[in-house]
Amino acid sequence: MLDLSDYGNSDFFQILKRRHPELLATLNSSDVVSGVNVSESSFHPYEGTTVLAVVYDAGVVMAGDRQATEGYQVGERRIQKIYPVDRYSAIAVAGAAGPCIEMAKLFQVEVEFYEKTEGVSLSLEGQANFLAHLVRSNLGLAMQGLIVLPLFAGYDLKRQRGRIFKYDAVGGRYEEDDYYAIGSGGKDARTTLKKRYTPEITRQNALEIVAEALWDAADEDIATGGPDLVRKIFPTLYTVTEEGVTEVPEATVEELYRDLISRL
Amino acid sequence: MSTPYYVSPEQIRQDKEDFVSRGIAQAKEVVVLEYRDGLLMVAENPRKTTFKISEIYDRIALAAAGRIAEYEILRVAGIRESEIKGFRYYREDVTAKWLTNLYSQHMGGVAQAWDAKPLEIELLVCEVGTTDAPANSELRNNQIYHIAFDGIYSEEEKYAVIGGRATTITEILEQRYTDGLEMSAALQLITETFRTIEADAEDDYEITPQTIEVACLEQTAERRKFRRLSTDEVTTLLS
Repeated sequence: MLDLSDYGNSDFFQILKRRHPELLATLNSSDVVSGVNVSESSFHPYEGTTVLAVVYDAGVVMAGDRQATEGYQVGERRIQKIYPVDRYSAIAVAGAAGPCIEMAKLFQVEVEFYEKTEGVSLSLEGQANFLAHLVRSNLGLAMQGLIVLPLFAGYDLKRQRGRIFKYDAVGGRYEEDDYYAIGSGGKDARTTLKKRYTPEITRQNALEIVAEALWDAADEDIATGGPDLVRKIFPTLYTVTEEGVTEVPEATVEELYRDLISRL
Repeated sequence: MSTPYYVSPEQIRQDKEDFVSRGIAQAKEVVVLEYRDGLLMVAENPRKTTFKISEIYDRIALAAAGRIAEYEILRVAGIRESEIKGFRYYREDVTAKWLTNLYSQHMGGVAQAWDAKPLEIELLVCEVGTTDAPANSELRNNQIYHIAFDGIYSEEEKYAVIGGRATTITEILEQRYTDGLEMSAALQLITETFRTIEADAEDDYEITPQTIEVACLEQTAERRKFRRLSTDEVTTLLS
């Protein structure tokens, strides 16, 4: 039967928690197994990542490598780490793949549910704040080694610029003005971005430094995958501007890497 | 002890039907019509934020006539149940037929309850096919379900109308509708039909881009196929 009781509640996460807790497989504190820490056990969830975001003159670029690792093995070569959220925002995830994908999916549904029921979009900052609650609700599992850390970016229509938000495991939310990178190769990518970033950078230059930062991360970090010219697997790049979220075509990404390699 | 009056079930049903049709007779119409690239939905509605047509899920939209407060709660419940089902299984598993059954059960239940007023609304649940599927796949089909106040529903083809003068509009469309209309031609057909019935009406409701609400479900769109057309867009399509 149709349950009309939740009218006026635009928080999908809260509705699920109350009505269908079984669907929140990992984002639910009842899952916490006391005294167990994954990093000390023989169980290896898919993890390892470099994802980043760079603000440029017309918006923001988001990018991520494609590899998931399972201990010292390659778990997956074509995994997606960037997910469009609404028309003007996207989330990138780092950490244990299962809970990461679940959080990205739930977050996307949450934002769309709000938009459809309220008739207006949730503001970019509203989305960023809500994501902090989701990260916080995963704290129990994070303490056991199944951490999820997102990087969130979008185009703020009211302020007319790209914005980037990063998080810590306890739900802290911090805004970055220029660029940021997270994941096992995040520090390496940040080093490249620090040297190459200039304010008001153009789209083309932003794509170039993003490709280079991911290359350097893959070079230093075994858990980050570089461009795979044999299998034709390349990092995913998205731009978010006034026109919305757009994936950079694979051919363009391949060209960026062929250029980069020729200059090495 | 007093003896309760006996009222026959036929009489109860007839009373409720009369009650609702008096309410629906006041309701402005919504037309859903199949055009070349999907389903076009048009309502007589001069308001800017209270809509009769709304997005439910990726390929599904809801059109309603009657009391706003009564269908608004059903609209939100439809979005909620759809999102829960899509989250549990897969987005494609959320269908207009499933949603129609949910609404139908609810509306039928209210209409049959002895202590409740039947809902003074009529609904159209619409689902558009996707061009992103093989030629003979059922994912390509458009569907329109018409749900009456008592939950009784019917599957409609090509077009469907709800509201006070639905029968008159349907008669006009039967004569003028052709398959494969472009969006502008489909919109013109509907606005012309509205003008024809308004010419016979007492209140002079003028049909302009400002006084109609237009939305579509486009087969060629990506995941979210619902789109509301702006007044400017409607003006261009009608010129």
